[in-house]
Amino acid sequence: MRRSSHLLICGLAAGLAACATPLVSERPAAVTGQDLNEITSVLKRDFKARGIATMARVELDTLQQQCNLHRDSPPAELAAKLEAEQMKSIPFPSGSLIGDWKRGERIAQNGRGSMWSDQAGEPAGGSCYNCHQLSPGEASFGTLGPSLLRFGKLRGASPEIQKYAYGRIYNSKAYNACSQMPRLGHAGTLSEQQIKDLVALLLDPDSPVNK
Amino acid sequence: MRRRSRHAALWLTAAFALAGAHAVAQDAKKEIQKYQSMITEGSPVELFELEGEVLWKKKQGPKTASLEQCDLGQGPGVLKGAYAQLPRYFKDADRVMDLETRLLHCMMTLQGRSRDEATKRVFGNEDRLSEMESLSAYIAAQSRGVAMAPGASHDKERGVFELGKRLFFHRAGAWDFSCASCHSEEGKRIRMQDLPILNTPAAARPVVATWPAYRVSNSQFKTMQWRINDCYRQMRMPEPVFGSEASVALNLFLTVTGQGEIYRGPGTKR
Repeated sequence: MRRSSHLLICGLAAGLAACATPLVSERPAAVTGQDLNEITSVLKRDFKARGIATMARVELDTLQQQCNLHRDSPPAELAAKLEAEQMKSIPFPSGSLIGDWKRGERIAQNGRGSMWSDQAGEPAGGSCYNCHQLSPGEASFGTLGPSLLRFGKLRGASPEIQKYAYGRIYNSKAYNACSQMPRLGHAGTLSEQQIKDLVALLLDPDSPVNK
Repeated sequence: MRRRSRHAALWLTAAFALAGAHAVAQDAKKEIQKYQSMITEGSPVELFELEGEVLWKKKQGPKTASLEQCDLGQGPGVLKGAYAQLPRYFKDADRVMDLETRLLHCMMTLQGRSRDEATKRVFGNEDRLSEMESLSAYIAAQSRGVAMAPGASHDKERGVFELGKRLFFHRAGAWDFSCASCHSEEGKRIRMQDLPILNTPAAARPVVATWPAYRVSNSQFKTMQWRINDCYRQMRMPEPVFGSEASVALNLFLTVTGQGEIYRGPGTKR
């Protein structure tokens, strides 16, 4: 199908050297630093700041740069180095990391935050249900991330598990360098208390997630 | 028209409530499909097409001219099948343009309007459509039954296609997202919304065959420039400039990927 339409296009544009290769929509096989610089320049030229979404957001940090360069599959050694760097940036609070699961459920439901349509200072949500199954009563959940149903029931709520859940939400890239999950604490979307409330939603035995 | 869409919104709520009671995603999906075919039958798209026709013929701007001599690629004023061959390279502007970018070009050249004035309100709301939205409905409708055949042979078209592809996979912004973060895996969804793998012909074809489209959930008629704009909003990125090369590049990448499909829009979306 694609081949025949290519031939048709090339027939119309006979003589054009450009017709030597068909257009393919698959992900480019390689990305270079030069490619990234070009794309960033295009974004700077063709995008504009709006509200809280400033142009600083088109600049790539080291992690984004490396994930783009390695098409989300960095070699193991590099991945470990990136993950260690991201881990260092997580300010783990001391003491219990379990907040209020009821507030956590509301934060998980809320899909607002960090968009140009959101106001600075307005508490954001975690958009959790966009990608994850959580409480069994919520049938409208996304599937981009794994189901978190019975998360605490399966793992308990030890200090290590609390720390893992907190860290995963704060900065998922500390555990999987090119994870598709946003770095919700690192990005400034969620506060320390909000992340604790989400940890409670995942780990509190009373949370519907664990019923 | 507004009442009809409110009515539809109630149906949607009812469909979700039903689904929630069963708490089974499969049931909800069936309800949504049923709802989808229901809204298509009662779609008010034709009203938007009529509004667009009035605007196409209306004399406006410093030159008190209509858009009737606008060349959308098939010659001045030729509308039949024109949308199906967009985006494409235009020699007079020496760049690749999609429908809205070309309309903006005609507003500036034929009607003598400034870019600032003509782009002041490119996206409407439920009370009033934008000029671009009405015009898009009118023009796209005249490609119904025509196979989508965007520009894919000129060097600039090929360059813009490659740019669109690179943008599609480029991760950036406050949440590290690319278009592919959501649109590259089979069978995934956000909440109950299925996510098409937009760099595959199978998923891109029905998309390019039905945009621009009427969206029942907010009673608005929406264009592809808006669709891309709203994705970037949710990607936590800054805003694409209307008609910018980056926005046209993504549109061309998508349309070339879905080329060959018979246009059957303007569509009706949830």
